[in-house]
Amino acid sequence: MRTILKIRNLAKQFRLHLQGGVRIPVFDDLHLELAEGEALAVTGPSGKGKSSLLKIIYGTYKAGQGEILVRHDDSWVDLARAEPRQVLEARRRTIGYVTQFLRVIPRVPTLDIVSEPLLERGIAPELARERAALLLERLNIPERLWSLSPMTFSGGEQQRVNIARGFAAHYPILLLDEPTASLDQENKARVLKMIDEARDQGSAIIGIFHDASDRRAVCTREFDLSRAA
Amino acid sequence: MTKPLLIAENISKYYDGRVACEKVNFELWPGEVLAIVGESGSGKTTLLKCLSMQIAPNAGRALYSLRDGRTESLSDLSEAERRFLMRTDWGFVHQDPREGLRMGVSAGANVGERLMAVGERHYGRIRSTALDWLNRVEIAGDRIDESPRNYSGGMRQRLQIARNLVTAPRLVFMDEPTGGLDVSVQARLLDLLRGLVRTLGLSVVIVTHDLAVARLLSTRILVMQQGKVIETGLTDQVLEDPQAPYTQLLVSSVLQV
Repeated sequence: MRTILKIRNLAKQFRLHLQGGVRIPVFDDLHLELAEGEALAVTGPSGKGKSSLLKIIYGTYKAGQGEILVRHDDSWVDLARAEPRQVLEARRRTIGYVTQFLRVIPRVPTLDIVSEPLLERGIAPELARERAALLLERLNIPERLWSLSPMTFSGGEQQRVNIARGFAAHYPILLLDEPTASLDQENKARVLKMIDEARDQGSAIIGIFHDASDRRAVCTREFDLSRAA
Repeated sequence: MTKPLLIAENISKYYDGRVACEKVNFELWPGEVLAIVGESGSGKTTLLKCLSMQIAPNAGRALYSLRDGRTESLSDLSEAERRFLMRTDWGFVHQDPREGLRMGVSAGANVGERLMAVGERHYGRIRSTALDWLNRVEIAGDRIDESPRNYSGGMRQRLQIARNLVTAPRLVFMDEPTGGLDVSVQARLLDLLRGLVRTLGLSVVIVTHDLAVARLLSTRILVMQQGKVIETGLTDQVLEDPQAPYTQLLVSSVLQV
């Protein structure tokens, strides 16, 4: 399987200007490679920067130093230095990210939230909605809720809407931040199965899983941040 | 298209020797939504006016990629080209809809007027296009003959948007488009704008002091303080990992509900 992500010499610290300019180091000299079809579990105690690592790869946090090389359309792009529009382009087709919490947009129906990544790739609205409906069904979101904004949904329902959105389109790289955190056993099993299927289709996964048995169920490799950097 | 739609090069504007905005540089690519954020007096609106030819900068220039593929400095355009931009290829959504609408004529005429400016003369077609646009901005068709004076603030703002978008502009400038509206009305307008921007593939420069508006609508942010651009980047990156002290202050000052 081809390598799809190469992180080299990554360093990150936060500087809090409002608190006397205090510096909070997160990583120093982090290296990581990932191939298609791999599922990597990022582990380490709370506060070691597991979520930060995902956010840096996605471009939500700025890399301090180092390179984040991503294979995008068969050429390597360094996301640490790319222009915003190149990062957006990589997000549209190469890197998907299921955040820990759904960012709810007022008034937008659930079905539209889930179809959005497909529409952004130019897929016809009817097809996008069909695919979104399939995912929502699979994740046990009752059809009567599809036309509502998920704003008033329970935590578990919002998380499943978020997962449906993240899995609507195929991404060569998929970042998952605690995708199983607030789910019951049945829904958890479904999500783990979806992760497996994405891997079978060649996606490379980087995930944070609180639960060790979830981790063992889907991951091929672990990356311990407390030892990595 | 593989080149920027709008390029700002060292744009500076001074009022009586006081800096309003200074040495602003950026590129806006097709389909991008750029939010200019900062507190009142930071030069956001002055910059927007310089970019949209409402005022002339003291130094620097703005370049625009015309429909025929040429990229020209706005100050070098012929009068006909300027008129084409102002009436057709650009839209301008003001904070106060009364500035962007003609309050003395009907809603339908407000939308139809921009169409007539591009040469449409057929009354039936103008009316049906106007109706279609009122529908798209969620204004009931039976209110087409009313004056916008009868409309609520939110409806006026949606009418202003319809009036601007009817000519299929490539670039839309917005100055605090949700500024004067109730929060519930704001959410509806933001959702509507988001949908229109995506389906029409619009490029937008939007001035706002509301970071939530920037988050919902924009792909990139430019932070201004005292007339200067102090930080730029992807919207989520600037809001979640702000680098400059002032941006950190702005982001941390947002009230949580």
